[in-house]
Amino acid sequence: MATAHIVEGGFADPVFASQSVFRAVMDAMARPGSVLPIDAGISPPAPLNAAAAAVALTLADGDTPVWLEAEMAKNEAVAGWLAFHTGAPLAQMPSDAVFAIASNPAHLPPLTGFALGTQEYPDRSTTVILQMASLSDGPVLRLSGPGIRTTNSIAPRPLPGHFEMQWQAINDLYPRGLDLVLAAPDAIACLPRTTRIGNGEA
Amino acid sequence: MTLETEIEDGLASYNFAYLDEQTKRMIRRAILKGIAIPGYQVPFASREMPMPYGWGTGGVQVTASIIGPDDTLKVIDQGADDTTNAVSIRAFFAKVADVETTTRTGEATIIQTRHRIPEEKLTEGQILVYQVPIPEPLRFLEPRETETRKMHALAEYGLMHVKLYEDIARNGHIATTYAYPVKVEGRYVMDPSPTPKFDNPKMHMSDALQLFGAGREKRIYAVPPHTNVVSLDFEDYPFEIQTFEEPCALCGAHGVYLDEVILDDRGGRMFVCSDTDFCEERRAEGHRGHLSGEAMEAAE
Repeated sequence: MATAHIVEGGFADPVFASQSVFRAVMDAMARPGSVLPIDAGISPPAPLNAAAAAVALTLADGDTPVWLEAEMAKNEAVAGWLAFHTGAPLAQMPSDAVFAIASNPAHLPPLTGFALGTQEYPDRSTTVILQMASLSDGPVLRLSGPGIRTTNSIAPRPLPGHFEMQWQAINDLYPRGLDLVLAAPDAIACLPRTTRIGNGEA
Repeated sequence: MTLETEIEDGLASYNFAYLDEQTKRMIRRAILKGIAIPGYQVPFASREMPMPYGWGTGGVQVTASIIGPDDTLKVIDQGADDTTNAVSIRAFFAKVADVETTTRTGEATIIQTRHRIPEEKLTEGQILVYQVPIPEPLRFLEPRETETRKMHALAEYGLMHVKLYEDIARNGHIATTYAYPVKVEGRYVMDPSPTPKFDNPKMHMSDALQLFGAGREKRIYAVPPHTNVVSLDFEDYPFEIQTFEEPCALCGAHGVYLDEVILDDRGGRMFVCSDTDFCEERRAEGHRGHLSGEAMEAAE
């Protein structure tokens, strides 16, 4: 039943679930590369994973257009589930999105195609939620920047194509830019625009 | 906590932590962008709170949006846990969020503060929430928001250096002693809120996350942990913090921020720790200043 898929599987207790998911996202954003477990007890329709869905339910609402990567946008269950549980309108263009969700990062349009804010209002930028198969067994990224004492590392996969080059372009736009939430099924990590990726010595 | 118990109690009740969920989401989104752009003031739709502007409505909204049932909250006002503002905000959250409260810095997970940073070093996992009256460091130099926004956009902060220079020209030193401007991660000039400049070095590379809420001015900003926070200065007039000649009269602490207390109308005065928890814990450990009860008795 399509309707049941859409209605069921959200937060059992939205007030406390969204508070604990938010604290994980806030901690992850404040300490880039730190992996925080997400156990919100929700079951979104595939291919939306539980952690990405929990972040969307916590932060998105009628004020925040959400852009879905093509594969998910075509999936009526995913679009319907998000619409029912968040009330968020779908953004037609990546540049209109407050949040973007991609289940297959390989098919993500260029990062610079999302909302990057303006020099005056750099906060008016997309937060991109990328679903990851894993945060620990992909290619290792060495991270530095605010929130990181010296260096940190994370090994997410699969990343968008030419990711390090794309990320460098985001870094160069600072304070404009966008912020990433990497969502494995049961955990998240964040890369705010201030985080620098370099495999060489920092 | 559940709907049934609330109805059984016959009490009208607010949502957990007072704010409605849509407001919390809006504030949470602003906090995340604030963390991602350290020192940048994110506009947010500040709500009316059950206390007047100037009493910490910005800090209260930030705290209400992040706090959960497992948190332990400490609230300080000018370093003190026992002043009206601190007591009432602590009581507010004990009531609307049913959280544990404490006066001990080390036990708190969230510390909401008006104008001090605790003396005890903050740790990973702690969150310091500042109540901010005027978030715009350039506001008294340039009243137009359109202009200050452009100045931040272009990182054009010469005016602030002129102000500090004029301090030196008039007074021989930088006379700004509180709300001393800082530059965050080499980009945004930020008002640390009216903390004494004594506390500025504690913001630099702090282990704790620092969040700032300005309710009337409708701005939220943040400094993530381990972030560069540099007080503005000149090569020949380097930034200096206040120093005190005497130690705390009650606990004998050196190198802490002291309040002056007038004792009589003949010029009598004492200097005591502004951080009441720090002072109490030192006295509990047996430290005594020259005006503590025991020292006074011994002198008699």
